[in-house]
Amino acid sequence: MTNEAIPNLTAFDEASLDKAFAQLEQQARDSAAAIDGSEAVEAFRLEWLGRKQGRLNDVSGKWLKAAPAEAKKLLGQKFNALKATVEGLLEQASGAGPSDAALAAEAIDITLPGTKRLTGAEHPITKTLNEIVGVFAALGYLVGVGPEVETDFYNFESMNFPPGHPARDTQDTLVVANQERRPLRDRLLLRTHTSPVQMRTMEKQPPPVRIVIPGKVHRNDAADATHSPIFHQVEGLCVDANITFSDLKGTLDHAMKALFGSSAKTRFFPSFFPFTEPSADVQISCIFCGGKGCRKCKQSGWIELLGCGMVDPAVFAFAAEKQPAYDPKKISGFAFGMGVERIAMMKYGVSEIGQFYAGDMRFLSQFV
Amino acid sequence: MKILTQWLRAFLPALPVNDAQLAEDLTLRGIAVEGIYDLGAGNGSLYEMDITTNRVDAMNHYGVAREAAAIYGLTLSPLTFELPKPRPSAKDFSVKIEAEDVCGRFTARVLRGVKIGDSRDWFADAEVATYFGLLEQKKISNAVDATNFAWLLMGQPTHAFDLDKIEGGIVVRRARKGEKLKTLDGIERTLDAEDLIVADHGKPLGLAGVMGGWDTMITPETKNVLVEAAWFDPMAVRRTARRHGLHTDASHRFERGADFNAAPVASAIVASILLAGGGHIEGDLVDVRVPAIEAKTAQRRPVALVLSEVRRLLGTTIDQEGIPAETVEKVLTALGCELTMQQVSALRASELAGQHEDAAWEVTLPSWRLDIEREIDLIEEVARVYGYNGFANTLPAFGEGVKALPWAEAEAAVRATLRAAGFHEAIASTFCSAADAALTAPQPGLVVPLGNPLSEEAGVLRPSLAPGMLTMVAGNLHRDVSDVRLFELGTVFSGSTEKVEERPALAFGAAGALPEQSTLHAAREIDFYDIKGVVEQVLSRFAMDSMYFDRFPAEAGLTPEWLHPYRSARIAADGITVGWFGQLHPREAAARKLKETVLVGEIYLDRLYKLPVRKPAAREVSRFQPVRRDFSLVVDKSVRWESIDAAVAALGIPELVEWRARELFHDPKLGANEYALLLGATFQAPDRTLRDDELQEWHARVVEAVSKAGARLRS
Repeated sequence: MTNEAIPNLTAFDEASLDKAFAQLEQQARDSAAAIDGSEAVEAFRLEWLGRKQGRLNDVSGKWLKAAPAEAKKLLGQKFNALKATVEGLLEQASGAGPSDAALAAEAIDITLPGTKRLTGAEHPITKTLNEIVGVFAALGYLVGVGPEVETDFYNFESMNFPPGHPARDTQDTLVVANQERRPLRDRLLLRTHTSPVQMRTMEKQPPPVRIVIPGKVHRNDAADATHSPIFHQVEGLCVDANITFSDLKGTLDHAMKALFGSSAKTRFFPSFFPFTEPSADVQISCIFCGGKGCRKCKQSGWIELLGCGMVDPAVFAFAAEKQPAYDPKKISGFAFGMGVERIAMMKYGVSEIGQFYAGDMRFLSQFV
Repeated sequence: MKILTQWLRAFLPALPVNDAQLAEDLTLRGIAVEGIYDLGAGNGSLYEMDITTNRVDAMNHYGVAREAAAIYGLTLSPLTFELPKPRPSAKDFSVKIEAEDVCGRFTARVLRGVKIGDSRDWFADAEVATYFGLLEQKKISNAVDATNFAWLLMGQPTHAFDLDKIEGGIVVRRARKGEKLKTLDGIERTLDAEDLIVADHGKPLGLAGVMGGWDTMITPETKNVLVEAAWFDPMAVRRTARRHGLHTDASHRFERGADFNAAPVASAIVASILLAGGGHIEGDLVDVRVPAIEAKTAQRRPVALVLSEVRRLLGTTIDQEGIPAETVEKVLTALGCELTMQQVSALRASELAGQHEDAAWEVTLPSWRLDIEREIDLIEEVARVYGYNGFANTLPAFGEGVKALPWAEAEAAVRATLRAAGFHEAIASTFCSAADAALTAPQPGLVVPLGNPLSEEAGVLRPSLAPGMLTMVAGNLHRDVSDVRLFELGTVFSGSTEKVEERPALAFGAAGALPEQSTLHAAREIDFYDIKGVVEQVLSRFAMDSMYFDRFPAEAGLTPEWLHPYRSARIAADGITVGWFGQLHPREAAARKLKETVLVGEIYLDRLYKLPVRKPAAREVSRFQPVRRDFSLVVDKSVRWESIDAAVAALGIPELVEWRARELFHDPKLGANEYALLLGATFQAPDRTLRDDELQEWHARVVEAVSKAGARLRS
C-alpha cells in the first residue's frame, strides 16, 4: 500500500497552514475511524508514523524544508500538535487510549464548586418522631394514630380525669365552638395529649397490646421560647399478662440508650398522671456533658425527658366497657409519653420552639 | 412552695442526713426539691419544692417531715398544742351545717379580749418570727400571722372573724341567688345559688373555703374573735372559686382534699398564737361533723392489700430479696396507715406455693391522704418510698410482628418524592383565619370554629393546608429568601361543631429558582411545568389506570379561588379529583404583598391513599436496537398537546415504546398562530431487529395521526 502523497505547500501564512494541517488532521481521523483489526492498526501506524514512508515524515521533509525562516516556528508547533493527535489516535486504536498530551488539552478547573441538585430536608420533628417510633417498632410495637379533634371522654374522662378534677387545669385546652349545651363527654376539643389513642386502641383490640402513637397535640398556651400551642408527642402503651414496673423501666432505659447512645443513663422519679399509677418522670444523663453538670442541665447532670407509669386500673375499667379482657386483676400494662419538640431541640440545638413551625427555608435547609 | 429544713428538723430531731442528702432522698420519692438555698450558719436551708397536685398533703412542713420520717424510718413528733383552760360560756356558740352534702366539719372557737397588733415573738420559742423571717413571709398582724402559721405548718386553711360582727351564729349553706358579699379583696360580689358560703343568721360572711368577707374581718379594734377551721367539699369549693375567678391558698387545698381531722389542731395553733398577746378562750371547741362525709374521709373502710399483687405489678427489684412483707408494713405505717395482717386464702397460697410466701392486710387509710383509695394507690406508695431506682431494668416478652400504619408506605413515598424534588418539609399552624378558610375550604360552609381561639388569625380549624403554606411562602419572601420550596403533610378539618372530620392532605409551595446551585449554568425560575412534574412524580408513586390534568371555564366556578384561573389545573387520578395546583391568583398574591410568582397546590391524600402504592416490577429489557424517529411538526396554537398525544396513543403500535414532546419553540418563520414541536418517538421490538419497511409504515401512520389532530409535518 502506498500512501497518498503529501501535496506541496506554496503559501506559508497562518491561514494556509491552518487549512493544510486541518486537512491532514481530518484525513488522519477518518483513517483512524476506519481502523478495523490489529493489522489495520499497524497499517495506520506505518501510514502516518512510518520512519521512512510515513506521511508525517513527508510533511517534515517537504514542508519544513520549504518553509521560509519566519514560518518555521509556527509550522513546527502545528506539526507537533498534529503528531500528538495522530499518536493519540494510534493509542486509542491500539487500546491504550488517548495520550496524556491529548488529555491535558481537555483539562478543566476542578476547584470550581460542584453543581448541586438540591434535595429537600426531612422536618426535624418528623425525623425525631420517626427515630422514636423506629426504636419501639424494633421492640415489636405497632404504630397507631388517632384524631386531633377529640371528645372530652377520650381526652380526659377515660384517661381518669374526672369532670371538674383539678388535674384538668394542668392542660389548658382549646375547644371547638358551641359545645356548652352538649353532654360533657361528647364535647369536642383539640386533644391535649396523645393518650386518648390508648383508649381508642384498647376499645378496638383485646390484650396483648404494644403500640406506639406519634401525633400532633394542642394546648391553649402562650407561645415562648419553649412553649408552643402546637407540639408533638409520642405515646406508648404495652398491656399484657405480667407486665411490670421493672419492664417499664427496662423498656424506657433501652429506648433512651437507642435514641441517645449506649452511654445514656436513666433514673426514675415518682410523679403524678391521672392515667397511670405508679407514675414516674424519667431523667436521662445530660447528653451535653455526660452527667458532669453544665448550663444545659442546670449543673444537675440530668435532663427530664418523659413521663410514664403503670396503666391505672380506672383506665382499664373504661376499656373493659367494650373489651372485658381488660381486667386489671388479670392483666397489667404501662404507658409513656414524650414531647418530640423537646427532644428535637436538644438533639439539634434548636433554641426557639417556634422555628419548627415557621417554614423558614434557612432553618429547614440545615436538616438536609 | 418553700420549706425550711430547720422547721422539718423540729419534728425529726434524729434526722440522720444533711440538707443536700435529704433533698436528694425526698426528690427520689416524688417530693421534689427543685432548689436548695443555704440560709447561713444554724439556719439550715430553704428548699424550693415542686410537688405534684395529687400530694396536697405534703405541701406544708409537717407533710414533708412525714415523708422524711417514712424514708428514714423515724418517728415523727406529734402536733400538739396545749391551750389554756377555757372560761365557761353561758351557751355554746351556735354552728349549723345546712349544706351537709358539701361541708363535712366546722369547728368554731371563741376567743375574747384579744389584742390585735404586731405578732411579736410571743409564740413558743419565737417560732413565728424565726420561720417567717427565714421564709421572708411578711408579718402583718397576729391574727393574719396565726392563720398563715397554721397554713405553712400543716396546710390547713383557717379563718378568723371579728366575733362582734357576727349576728347570732354560723350557718354553712348555699347562697341565695342575688345575695351580696364583699370579700377580703374588697370586691362586692353577687352570689349564685350554687355558691357555698359561711353565713351568720342574717348575712353571708365569706365564700366557704375560698375567701373571707370584708365586713367581719379582723381590724385593730377587734376584741373578740371566732376561729374557723373546717372541711369543705373539693368540687363545691372549686365551683365557687371558679365562678368568682378566685384561686387562693385555701381553695387550692380544699379543691384537692383537706384533712378532715386537721381542723381542731389548726384551730388550736391559731388560738395559741392569738392568745399569746392576751385574752382567753370562752367555752369548748364547737365541733360539728357530718357523719356521711366523715365516713368518706377520716373513717374510710380499710383497703385490702396483698403482697403478691405488689410483686405482680412492680416486678423485679435489684435486690434479689424482692419486696418483703416487712417493707410494705414499714413504709405504709410510716405514712400513717394502720395494717392488720389477714389470713391468706388457701387457694391463693397454693397458687403461689414455691414462689413467695404471700401476705395480706387490711389497711386503714390516713385522713390526710384522700388520694389513697385503692390497692393500687398503696402499691404506688410502697414503690415510691422503696425507691423507683431500686427496681431492675427488665424487658417484657416480644409482642406479635410489626404492622405499620396502612398508609405509612404511601406517606413515606410522598415525602421521599418531594424531598428528592428539592422541597423541604414544613409544619404550619393547625389553625387559620375565618377569611382564609372561606377562601380555601374545598367544601365551603363546613369550616369548624374554635370556642377559645388563640387569636382571630387562628379562629378556625384549617380546612385546607393552603393558608398555612401561603403564610410560610410569604414569610420567606418577605425575609428576602427568594428561593422557596416547601411542602407539608398534615391534617385538614371539615364538618360542624357537632362532628368534625379529619383528612390527610399535602400542600406544596414554590417561588424563585429551581433547586440547582451551579457556577456554570444560569439559574432558571421555577414554573408551572416544574410543579406539574413534581405532581406527576408524586402521583406516579401510586398504581392508577389514568392520570390527567384539566382546567375549567371560569363560569363553572370549580377552580379554587386562590388559584390563577388560567394557570392552574385540576389533578385527576382514575377520574377522581385528587387536588389542584398552579400559580397563586394575582389578587391573593397582591393581598399578601407578594410580587413574585408563587406556585402552590394541594393534594387530597385521603383520596390518593385509596390507591395502592405502585410496586416496582421488572420487565424484560429488549436486547434489540431501538430506533428513534423525530417528527418536526408545526402546530396551531389552538391545538393542545393532549390531542396529539392521544392521537399517537390511539395508533396502538406495540413497537412504539415511547414518545414525547422533546422541544417546543416559537419560530418567526411560522404563522403567528403556529408553533414548532419536535415529537420524538422510539420504536423497539422485544424479539427482533426492526425492518426499514415497517419503520416507514409506522412513520407514515404517525404523520397521518398527528395531522388529524391538527399538526403538520414541517417541510
